[in-house]
Amino acid sequence: MTHTIATSPAGLLFGTQGVQISRMPPKARLSLRSRNANLMALSKAIGIPVPTKIGACDTKGGTEILCLGPDEWLVLSDVSDHIAEACEKLYASVPHSLVDISHREVTFNISGPQATELLTLGWPRDPASLRVGEGRRTVFDSATVVLWRDAENAYRMDVWNSFADHLFQFLQHGCRELAAQAY
Amino acid sequence: MLLINCPYCEETLPEAEFVYAGEAHVLRAETPSELSDQDWAEFLFIRQNVKGVHFERWRHFHGCARFFNAARDTVSDKFLITYKAGEPRPNLTELAGDAT
Repeated sequence: MTHTIATSPAGLLFGTQGVQISRMPPKARLSLRSRNANLMALSKAIGIPVPTKIGACDTKGGTEILCLGPDEWLVLSDVSDHIAEACEKLYASVPHSLVDISHREVTFNISGPQATELLTLGWPRDPASLRVGEGRRTVFDSATVVLWRDAENAYRMDVWNSFADHLFQFLQHGCRELAAQAY
Repeated sequence: MLLINCPYCEETLPEAEFVYAGEAHVLRAETPSELSDQDWAEFLFIRQNVKGVHFERWRHFHGCARFFNAARDTVSDKFLITYKAGEPRPNLTELAGDAT
């Protein structure tokens, strides 16, 4: 099967009255790992306070950071070159790993009045456990995804390229099913 | 589906986010070359397979990705406690006291 979603342009992929699924324009993604780190120094280099609570997000300027685990963060940024340069200077004093993973995933934007209901079809968690403004790495129909809840019924989902077609078809199918029930 | 508390995320989450990773507190010898074949084989293959409270490892695979330990009753499938990797085995009599 060809990977159509991974190579498709940004924009609306599928929509019903209840939910719209679109592909977000590409943005640089960085994976930051550091154990027992001097977070102050890293925060300064990235230009945003590094959160320590798993699931906590912070946004500043064109940069967004999400705490994925006790020693792992995901950084989305418009100024990734600048961040990489600033972090490189810290390698000697603050051991860490900063890897560009921009091409690894596709970001879906899932929004609309039935967005939360759509996600419950493939997401075993209680949707209420992901509060607005937070994000989590979690599982969706057996694939690992990163999910942000931007508003009550607006989500972003980072999906690995190789799972993108499968998950998109799953979501599309779910949209149709919800549309058939509701209208 | 089991609900498992991840000690790193401090959340109780569905089993689908986790993977089981065998018995906990199985220590690898500092110098395996000094072990007899019998001891090495036991380290590799022999597990307690208890009926009752079992100390076991789990990994929050689709989440924070950390390994952690749990005490689970293999008869009732009930989790008594979960705790971070590297922490000592909790005292079960104290746990039983908490439960009553």
